[in-house]
Amino acid sequence: MSKFKKKKSGDLPAISTASLPDIVFMLLFFFMVVTVLRDSNLMVQQKLPKGDQVEKLKKDRSIFIYAGKPGSGYEKYGTEAKIQIGDKFTDVSNIKFALEELRRKLRPELQDKVMVALKVDEDTNTGLVTDVKQELRDLNLLKIIYITTPGNQLDQK
Amino acid sequence: MARRATPEVNAGSMADIAFLLLIFFLVTTTIEKDKGIARQLPPDIEIQDPPIIKQKNLFLVTVNKNDQLLVEDELMELDDLRQAAIDFLDNGGAPSGSPEYCNYCKGKRSPESSDNPKKAVISVQNDRLTSYKMYIAVQNELVAAYNFLRDRESQRLYGWKYTEMKQAINEGDIEGSRADAVQERLEEVQELYPLKLSEAEPKKSGS
Repeated sequence: MSKFKKKKSGDLPAISTASLPDIVFMLLFFFMVVTVLRDSNLMVQQKLPKGDQVEKLKKDRSIFIYAGKPGSGYEKYGTEAKIQIGDKFTDVSNIKFALEELRRKLRPELQDKVMVALKVDEDTNTGLVTDVKQELRDLNLLKIIYITTPGNQLDQK
Repeated sequence: MARRATPEVNAGSMADIAFLLLIFFLVTTTIEKDKGIARQLPPDIEIQDPPIIKQKNLFLVTVNKNDQLLVEDELMELDDLRQAAIDFLDNGGAPSGSPEYCNYCKGKRSPESSDNPKKAVISVQNDRLTSYKMYIAVQNELVAAYNFLRDRESQRLYGWKYTEMKQAINEGDIEGSRADAVQERLEEVQELYPLKLSEAEPKKSGS
C-alpha cells in the first residue's frame, strides 16, 4: 500500500532558466532580420492623408517620392513645400534625373514594372503633385500610388 | 609556471545582454506597411480627336482652393459624394432595348443622368491650391463608389466580393490555376464598372 503513497512533495524544483538566453536570442535575431534601417533620411514633414480604399504596395518595384514642408532641423530651406527624392531635395525640373538614378538601382527584371509611390504631406498644395505627375507622364512612369494612412477623412468631422 | 586551469566564464549575464539588444531592436523596428490608392496615369500623347462625351454621361467634381466641393454645379459636402457618385454610375438611363441598355444597373434610370456605367465618366478638377488632404479624400470617396458597385455585382455573379477577391490575390492566398480564374472574374467585374476617372488640368491660380 505504501507503494502508492504520494511522495511528500517537498519544495518545488526550480525551473531551469538555462534556455532563456536561447529564446531571447531567437527573438533578437528575428528582430534584427526584420528591422530595416531607413535608407533615406526624411527631410520633409510627413503627415499622410487618410484613406480606406487602399491597395498594398509592392516594395521591391517601387520608387519613393516624398513631398511636404521641410521638417524639423531643415527649417533653413523655408516653409514652402519641397520634393525629396533619395536623400536630397529636388527641383521639379530635376525629378527626371533623380528618378532615373533610382530606377537603375532596382532589379533589372522589375525595372519596367516600376511603381512610383507618392508620400505627400496632407497640407501640400495639389499643384505640386500635379507637376510631379506631369513629369512622371513625360518619363512614362504611369503607375503611381498615393500612400495613405489607414482611416477615413470623414471620421474627423 | 604552473598552468592554472582557466576559470569558467560566468554566462549568467548573457541573457541580460541579449535582452538589452532585443529591446533596442524592438524599439527601433518599424514594420512599414505602405498602403495607398493606386492609379494609372494617362500616357502623355496628344489624342487626335478626343471622343465626344455627352453632357449627361459626365459627372463633374470641382474642388476650389478653399477645399469646397462643387458637384454638377451644386455645393456638396464630402459625406454625400460617395452616394452621389454611386447614383450617377448606377443610373443606367438608356432605354430598354437600346444597345446601351444596362441590365444590371439598379439606379433610378433617369434619362437626365448617365446612360451606362461603361459610358459614365467622372471628371475631377482641382485648383492648384487645393490641399492634398482634400484631393485624396475626394479620390478615396470616388474609388469607394466604384468598389461598392463592383462588390455588389461580384457578389451577385460569383458570391464573393470584388475587394475581397482582389485582396486574396494580392496576398497570394490563391495559387496556380485558380488564381487565373479569379483574375478573370476580377476583370469581368471591372468590365461591368470600368474605372473612368479623368483629371482635368488644374486651374492656374486661386480663382
